[in-house]
Amino acid sequence: MEIFWIILGILLGALSATTVHRVSAMYSGRLLACIPATGFMWLLTRVPDIHDHPLQGSISWFPQLGADLSFHVDALGLLMALLITGIGAIILAYSGDYLKGDSQQGRFFVFLMVFMASMLGVVTADNLILLFVFWELTSVSSYLLIGYYHESAESRWKALQALLVTGLGGAAMMGGLILLNRASGTWTISEMLNSGLSIAEHAYYPAIVTLFIIGAFTKSAQFPFHFWLPNAMAAPTPVSAYLHSATMVKAGVFLLLRFTPVLGGTSAWMITLTGFGSITMLIGAVNGLRQTDLKKILAYTTLSVLGMLVLLIGLGTPTAIASAMLLLTGHALYKATLFLTSGIIDHETGTRDLQRLRGLRRAMPITAAIAGLAALSKAGLPPFFGFIGKESIYSIGFAPGAMVAILPMIMLANMIMFALALSTGFHPFHGAVTSDTPKSPHEAGPAMYLGPLILSVLGLVFGLLPGITVESLIGSAVTSILSTETDIHLSVWHGFNVPLLLSIATIAGGVVLYRMRVCFWSKADESDRRRLSFDRIYTFIFNGFVAVAKCQTRILQSGYLRNYFIIILSVTGAMIAFNLIALGGLPRTFNIRDAKILDWAACIIIMASLYPAIFGRSRMTVLIALGAVGFGVTMIFILHGAPDLAITQIVVETLTVVLFMLAIYRLPNFRSHSTRNMRFFDSVFSGIAGLLVTLCVLKAQHVKLAPSVSNQYSEWSYSLAHGKNIVNVILVDFRALDTMGEISVLAISSIGIMTLVLTRTRKRRMEKQE
Amino acid sequence: MNTLIAITVGVLAAASIYSLLRCSMMKLIVGIVLLGHAVNLLIFSAGGLRDSTPPIIAENQEVLRPPHADPLPQALVLTAIVISFGLIAFCITLVQRTYDIVGDDDINALARSDS
Repeated sequence: MEIFWIILGILLGALSATTVHRVSAMYSGRLLACIPATGFMWLLTRVPDIHDHPLQGSISWFPQLGADLSFHVDALGLLMALLITGIGAIILAYSGDYLKGDSQQGRFFVFLMVFMASMLGVVTADNLILLFVFWELTSVSSYLLIGYYHESAESRWKALQALLVTGLGGAAMMGGLILLNRASGTWTISEMLNSGLSIAEHAYYPAIVTLFIIGAFTKSAQFPFHFWLPNAMAAPTPVSAYLHSATMVKAGVFLLLRFTPVLGGTSAWMITLTGFGSITMLIGAVNGLRQTDLKKILAYTTLSVLGMLVLLIGLGTPTAIASAMLLLTGHALYKATLFLTSGIIDHETGTRDLQRLRGLRRAMPITAAIAGLAALSKAGLPPFFGFIGKESIYSIGFAPGAMVAILPMIMLANMIMFALALSTGFHPFHGAVTSDTPKSPHEAGPAMYLGPLILSVLGLVFGLLPGITVESLIGSAVTSILSTETDIHLSVWHGFNVPLLLSIATIAGGVVLYRMRVCFWSKADESDRRRLSFDRIYTFIFNGFVAVAKCQTRILQSGYLRNYFIIILSVTGAMIAFNLIALGGLPRTFNIRDAKILDWAACIIIMASLYPAIFGRSRMTVLIALGAVGFGVTMIFILHGAPDLAITQIVVETLTVVLFMLAIYRLPNFRSHSTRNMRFFDSVFSGIAGLLVTLCVLKAQHVKLAPSVSNQYSEWSYSLAHGKNIVNVILVDFRALDTMGEISVLAISSIGIMTLVLTRTRKRRMEKQE
Repeated sequence: MNTLIAITVGVLAAASIYSLLRCSMMKLIVGIVLLGHAVNLLIFSAGGLRDSTPPIIAENQEVLRPPHADPLPQALVLTAIVISFGLIAFCITLVQRTYDIVGDDDINALARSDS
């Protein structure tokens, strides 16, 4: 249950963020960072016995729907939660200084903490519905974060793109989760995992896997949804650091890992994940090589790493999953660091362009050291943590079969990664000092470099001493993912073996690529614009939707009352006609002979008066005609045993005439505003409508959809309500609430009339005074 | 008899829809009045008009003896008559007020008047 309190604490922090910021703008980032930091510390104490005692707890929320606020944290969840809270605290402290003086900073903290809480929810939720709620919350809050610079149209556009792409995935994910519930019979994730159930044979399996994969791929920016991730660079740098390292994009990967035992193991799963994973990996790496913007390079390498993660999950062997976990953790550490240092560079020099950044190490030695450490880890050099991850990946490439084909792709991606690591971590700091930057560079304050320093040092410590730091947690994470006991042993030195040779080859290739880096830069911009990219396909689809919506609005929302009437009546008429046919076609019995002479008289009076009522030009003619119609209707009531109705009708008729008389001299005479064609169309239209109504009435007399309650009312009238006029008893007793509603309608109507009349008299009085 | 009423209701409905489709606000009121009549008669006759004795329990009796008219549609129609009166009264005032301000009873003039 403690996890619930951590999430709640962060949400409360979000609520109070603006106040905290107002009270102390100077320290707000650091103060707010204490909340996730406390959570992190507490989670850290749970690490030793997480394998045997997963954290769990549940609060009943909506039991009828199977939705509960239930949480279950095993080693995988704990690892993710540690990354989210730990890196989250660092980001909060960092952005306190990074955005110093920004008028929106308080809001920024709110968005960031809501995002943090929802991300924490995604990795700890034990209920499918709760998971979905948090999943969508991450989409919404990341939208607010990416669009933080909301005054820039480009920033808004990119934020919307991220929201729409991940929102589309969210919709798919919802479908997947519901079907998963249908297939497995439970809403609880841990129950599903513990029962060791595999739904690979289930009829829904293909649909579930497809929807799940779409959801995870959009979130984790896999091909062909990868385009939103580099665009999300529009966010402030700390946000990018957070989204890319520990959160947003890892959510999809996390979900794939989590549901591997349930959904994985089939060839469809394996082929899809490895296929799309490797495409994403290569697209990210190759595109990254051509960028000169520090953040863009980092974004594309994130894409590449995400591809590699999905590829590893697709392979699904214990070593592959272990490698994925190592890569995920290592990546979170160095990617956050590199983003934060590039943020420092941007903040202190005013540019992120590699072509202008050289020799910064003299001006900012600490940042240079931090970025260097992170870059070495990213490059995968011993003794850094990145090296262990890469060695682990190379050691799975030798299982027989298709995997051999994957190895060259991974090697290529790693070589490029090596080159890009040096480009981001070394290139800006080394070489001859230039004075090409907008601001003259100087070192950042401790709040900004302390966080990345911790992360980069961790990358080194984990690499040197994996046995006493991360081994057990990653080991139990792999165990909890695969639901089978797996032992992993991490160390930097495995002796001379094939993975080591591959590593050496990778480093050699990487050094060559780094030396050639300038060659790739030149082509970046123009080719981006000409290429048929997925970004442009997205734009095309988006504009298409807008165009269709506009066109449809123009047709449906014409602004002419007549058109609205026609649309509404046509749709209603079509539905009525459909029901007429569905209930057995047209009515067949017609009985007109039993009509008495008075019936004929009443009906003829009504129908004859209609002509002057609708075509009359003089107000008096119309008024008299309407009165005659009312009289005819009253006659029908009298003739068919409804004296109450007749009385009411007469009273209402009289009142209407009085009202008309009061208003009539202020009303215009009748004029024709329509063309001949319109009148012809309207006659045909209303004729058809009238025919339909006639058929309906005839049909209604022969169709009984439900037993009538009339007889019941007649029986109860005297015995229960002590009234002899059954209509009255129904009105004031059995259906008294209806009458109550009727009275309310009258009251509201008279208030409305009064308002209209009073405003007029007041206006007139004012005119008189003038 | 029922067929005759059905035809009357249909003609009433057609007339009211024709009036509602006109561009004049005055015709709109006529349409609403006629629509009220059409719907009331529709409900009234929907159960079939068989007997013409009012559904009132006779003196010295405790239950209703057939033949009698169906009381339920009558109760519903009674409510409907009153409500449609409220609606008509409001419409008349509204149209009058609109005419005061816009100075035209063409509905489409409202779009141009912006008031």
